[in-house]
Amino acid sequence: MFELSFIWAGIIAFAVLTYVILDGFDLGIGILFPTAKSERDKATMMNSIAPIWDGNETWLVMGGGGLFAVFPLAYAVIMPALYMPIILMLLALIFRGVAFEYRWRTERWKPVWDAAFFGGSIMAAFMQGIALGALVQGIEVADRAYAGGWWDWLTAFSILTGVAVVVGYALLGATWLILKTEGPLQNQMQRYAWWLAAGTLGFIGVVSIMTPFQDPIYFQRWFNLPGSILSVLMPGAVLAAAFSLFSGLSAGKDGQPFLSALSLFVLCFVGIGISFYPNIVPPGLTIAEAAAPDASLKFALVGTVVLVPLILAYTAYAYWVFRGKIDPEEGYH
Amino acid sequence: MFDTMTAETLARMQFAFTVSFHIIFPAFSIGLASYLAVLNGLWLKTRDETYLTLFNYWKKIFAVAFGMGVVSGIVMSYQFGTNWSVFSDKTGPVLGPLMAYEVLSAFFLEAGFLGIMLFGRERVGDKLHMFATAMVAFGTLMSATWILSVNSWMQTPAGYSMNELGQFVPEDWWQIVFNPSFPYRLVHMVLAAYLTTALVVSGVGGLHLLRDREDAPARRMFSMAMWMLVVVAPLQIFAGDAHGLNTLEHQPAKVMAMEGHYDSHPDGAPLILFGIPNPEEKRIDYAIEIPKLSSLILKHHWDAPLAGLDTIPDEDEPPVMIVFWSFRVMVGLGFAMLGLGAWSLWRRAKGKLYADRWLHRTAILMGPMGFVAVLAGWITTEVGRQPFTVYGLLRTSDSLAPVAAPAVAASLIAFIVVYFFIFGAGTFYLLRMMNKPAGTVRLGLRDAPVRAAGITPIQETHPDDAHGVKGD
Repeated sequence: MFELSFIWAGIIAFAVLTYVILDGFDLGIGILFPTAKSERDKATMMNSIAPIWDGNETWLVMGGGGLFAVFPLAYAVIMPALYMPIILMLLALIFRGVAFEYRWRTERWKPVWDAAFFGGSIMAAFMQGIALGALVQGIEVADRAYAGGWWDWLTAFSILTGVAVVVGYALLGATWLILKTEGPLQNQMQRYAWWLAAGTLGFIGVVSIMTPFQDPIYFQRWFNLPGSILSVLMPGAVLAAAFSLFSGLSAGKDGQPFLSALSLFVLCFVGIGISFYPNIVPPGLTIAEAAAPDASLKFALVGTVVLVPLILAYTAYAYWVFRGKIDPEEGYH
Repeated sequence: MFDTMTAETLARMQFAFTVSFHIIFPAFSIGLASYLAVLNGLWLKTRDETYLTLFNYWKKIFAVAFGMGVVSGIVMSYQFGTNWSVFSDKTGPVLGPLMAYEVLSAFFLEAGFLGIMLFGRERVGDKLHMFATAMVAFGTLMSATWILSVNSWMQTPAGYSMNELGQFVPEDWWQIVFNPSFPYRLVHMVLAAYLTTALVVSGVGGLHLLRDREDAPARRMFSMAMWMLVVVAPLQIFAGDAHGLNTLEHQPAKVMAMEGHYDSHPDGAPLILFGIPNPEEKRIDYAIEIPKLSSLILKHHWDAPLAGLDTIPDEDEPPVMIVFWSFRVMVGLGFAMLGLGAWSLWRRAKGKLYADRWLHRTAILMGPMGFVAVLAGWITTEVGRQPFTVYGLLRTSDSLAPVAAPAVAASLIAFIVVYFFIFGAGTFYLLRMMNKPAGTVRLGLRDAPVRAAGITPIQETHPDDAHGVKGD
């Protein structure tokens, strides 16, 4: 029981992290979309993610579906608690998702779908950040159900994390475009990436300082051994990633900024994991409590162990097929 | 309008609304994905341009419909938690892993290979492109398999026990996945998806034949779709009958509501063709019925006794009015499809398949009827399951999340507004694409100012495929 549920917590965490970094950069492109200076740039930006965005978003379904499968209680508690941000995120994802096809099907309404792409992307990112903040602050549970109010999720802290995620995703988007484009669009994104990187680091700092004050338990986890070792290591690792990001930008490297930005996200995610552990829903619901019975965990694990590596393999293949700089003239519409 | 309703009613409306919108797209994309795989395979085998033209035409339509299916589907995967969290907590140990398998074995497969199918022919070559196309089709079928297993378990639960927390817990996965109604439901739904697609394709083919009966791609798609109808419509009626018998065995109350049998018939029940259910008086008004035929269909004997809703406690009775009507709509349309197929067979034999304008007009009229039949069928089976979410075991009223009515009402209004706007626009684009002949270079765009805007679509510089053959 104990071990299976922890393996599963790791798998779910992996799915969520994969979602965040993959859909993070394509939501980021939506956020940066209005800065495109020409139709050609818009086409380039969108075509850079058109073949892969759907796969990226599937990790979100995996996160939700996986939670339902192996931590049904956590799913049943988190969803009502974050009712409004989740509904708004889903609606926003609809707007930006259909824009990929719709904008090529009309001239007159193209600006409408461009706006839907931007609005949907920024809204989805903001709501994901709010959901994260609300989760960090803790969800009230009584009798296996959410016991808080309808607006508990809306706080200064959750708005802060919402804005932080928007800026962070924009950084991922900008560095992705540095990787995938050339010429003026790439230069433009290199300029933006400086500011977005500075902003992201600033938010990481502020959120990290504020997090221990959301709940005393976070304080203990970070400032007592063995957590305090990480408290020393984490800022160092973040600084190293930041250095790599800025030096990559200065040197005009294609891939280094994107990979550095990704590693910033991974580090933040690890940090959140340290804060939460051994809870799955702070402040009181533990991984072991929320887990489904062993029979469910085992059955789902068999398929996961076989299929996830396969999924990673063909997803990697799809990225490899569409590797290299984007030719805006290539498309199928 | 929504302020007098309970959270439960609103949550049910919201689920009915979002799932009804959603099912339209998979019903189409399951069939279309298979059709695309067939078209691409035939193109590679015969190198007949017409197949390639059709592939590229339906591929673009598929992309739009698939996108709408994806985004409306993500909503579904979260709605179990937002509005039906008690259901999720109780059934999660059984149903959750099946849904996880759907994501792992179907969604990723579709999403991973869709990009290559749409954009990648030149990058990966014909063989891998064919593989990707087949994987997308296989993914849609896998998805149908898992989600229908989930739905069927809610209809005919098996292989579980209850734990001390009131959760359903798995005992035998084989029995859970292959629960009693699953094979029937799966076959019935996949055939329905194929029929739906065949009707859309034949409607589009019919439209273009009306305009130009020499239009080669239109002739090809019309002919293929009509063959499909000829084969699948009778199979579907057979499968539907088998599914009905299975329902009679496991969910008799649903069949009573479908048949409109308020009263038990000890010596042969009549088949009520039409009538108006009167729930207050518990009878069918103005019934037109054929004596004993219902017993013959359901029990294969004229005089076989059939129990009625009078044997079911009132609080366990499904809403008869809805189930009675939706069932008749579905069956009526099924026979209309059979008729259309038979008609086409006769005209084909006479060599008039591409010339009979009334056949083409009827095909256009029938074009959207697959969707209507699918919705009617789902309404029959889902409303017929009420008042339970897990049949006989978990009531709908005990499945609800601790949500407040205003929150559900607000999100319901938001869903309605957004869905009509988004999917209304999408449907408009789909129809506009279908309205253009299959050889059209850029579907759905008004043609002129594209170059001025800076994009040169690939089709204009080199036709859809670089095989040294000129496109159209």
